[in-house]
Amino acid sequence: MSQQSVGALRVEKAGPLATLQDAGRFGVRRLGVTQGGPADLHAFAWANQLLGNAWGAAVLEITLGGLSLVAEQDTSLALCGADMGATRAGEPLAPWQAFTLRQGETLTFGSPQAGVRAYLAVPGGFRGEPVLGSLACVVREGLGGHDGEGRALVVGERLTFSLEARPGEEACAVPAQERIDYGQSPRLPLVPGAQIEDFTGTSLFQAFNDTWRVDARADRMGVRLTGPVLHCHRPSMISEGIALGAVQVPPDGQPIALLNDRQTIGGYPRLGTLTPLACARLAQCQPGQEVHLVAVALSEAQEAYCRFLRRFQS
Amino acid sequence: MKPPRFENAGVDAWLVRLFDDIDEANMPWLMALCRRCEEAFGPALVDLVPSYTTLLVQYDPLRLTAGQARAQLAEILADLRPDDEAAAGEVKELPVWYDDSVGPELARLEAASGLSREALIEAHAGHEYRVFALGFAPGFGFMGSVDPRLAMPRLATPRKRVPAGSVAVAGRQTSAYPRVSPGGWNLIGRTPVTLFDKGREGLSYLQVGDRVRFKTIGRDEFERLGGDTTPVAPLEEDQR
Repeated sequence: MSQQSVGALRVEKAGPLATLQDAGRFGVRRLGVTQGGPADLHAFAWANQLLGNAWGAAVLEITLGGLSLVAEQDTSLALCGADMGATRAGEPLAPWQAFTLRQGETLTFGSPQAGVRAYLAVPGGFRGEPVLGSLACVVREGLGGHDGEGRALVVGERLTFSLEARPGEEACAVPAQERIDYGQSPRLPLVPGAQIEDFTGTSLFQAFNDTWRVDARADRMGVRLTGPVLHCHRPSMISEGIALGAVQVPPDGQPIALLNDRQTIGGYPRLGTLTPLACARLAQCQPGQEVHLVAVALSEAQEAYCRFLRRFQS
Repeated sequence: MKPPRFENAGVDAWLVRLFDDIDEANMPWLMALCRRCEEAFGPALVDLVPSYTTLLVQYDPLRLTAGQARAQLAEILADLRPDDEAAAGEVKELPVWYDDSVGPELARLEAASGLSREALIEAHAGHEYRVFALGFAPGFGFMGSVDPRLAMPRLATPRKRVPAGSVAVAGRQTSAYPRVSPGGWNLIGRTPVTLFDKGREGLSYLQVGDRVRFKTIGRDEFERLGGDTTPVAPLEEDQR
């Protein structure tokens, strides 16, 4: 590829955690390698969709803002997810839309107004050397990302992409009903299963009727919820494979929803599994935010997830 | 074997529970189930996570409904036969330098077991272990089962930085840390072997089902093999 056909964004300020994420790393979990991928699948999918990118093209996941990028050429971009008080050349820029960043202009992210993770897509996706089949950056494992070593962005780095992948029209925006108001308390669909029968009746009632609060101990591995203390007859188990969204309850009775960078196996009893879109929604909650768990049937949850996937993968 | 149980693990995965207890005899069944799933699901298979008694099967919900995936698993299990050949496991050797500087919990194990240092090392190294699962971190093998005299609960406060290569025990399990990471296991030595290398075929030095032998080496041999002799930081320093 000639030099002219490569676009680049230069990192002027890095912020606390900005990482490249594609759809995730699959087929190697038996080696202890986690899934990775976007914590908010919904915003990730829309950011790519706005530019006409294929499903799973690599985007930048920007956690808690603080990032500044300068365009080396005129570039079409798309921004979805959290409102980080972003500005383009000093002017406010709302999420859920595609836009153009002119050569030399700066795109700056402030601090989270609503949500905690923003997704920035470029035409055709960011380039990089896939590690074990994926660009997904997992800092804990030292795998993937722009450098292959699982490092978050630092100042001075250049993120490249192809300028030959011409995007669609500018000002293309996400339909209003698909823009999520992250400030609201979400109801999170959970497919009951696993060891749910080993919890006491009172605990089960509380799990699905009381209000849970998102704890400050929340990252890409998992999100702790605080609320009523849940009791399980079975304190721990032989470790077994853990799916995305599994809600485990350690002996302190406070649930942890396990997300993209979770450990591959674990031995705490579980209530069941949040749907992938419930995980996406939870990943945008700020500490202290209230959430509710809602039990849903497996078939219904699977149909809803497939409708979502078909919208972006057809 | 009790009839296998299926447990939903969300919108795109089933957990197949084959056994209730940790046992080497589980391995041929789990490995056979892995292989049969790969054949039967083909491109609809997304990932497999075998562990001591279970297999987590993640499938593509755009290709299979939950009901179809479950029916496919039931069909496989109806005539599943143990795969003794695959489960025979490769024999892997892990050279270990057992020393207080890299294994600060040797003294704790000594005190708890009442064994002499030599007897303790002999009890750990003189046994063949099976890799029951990989997890916690890429290439971290959960190996069993450790001599009951060496069984030791995890540290009350986990270390923030366990050095790469640290060989450790927790309960009746033993392992080696592939890279520096937090961890609460009891450190008893260090191996110079690179346990996970994304540039190597197979990626992980250890694979589920492997038979592992630890081989006692001295400091000179450890250094010759490329080992890092930096001592483990004292607990109070680690917690800073």
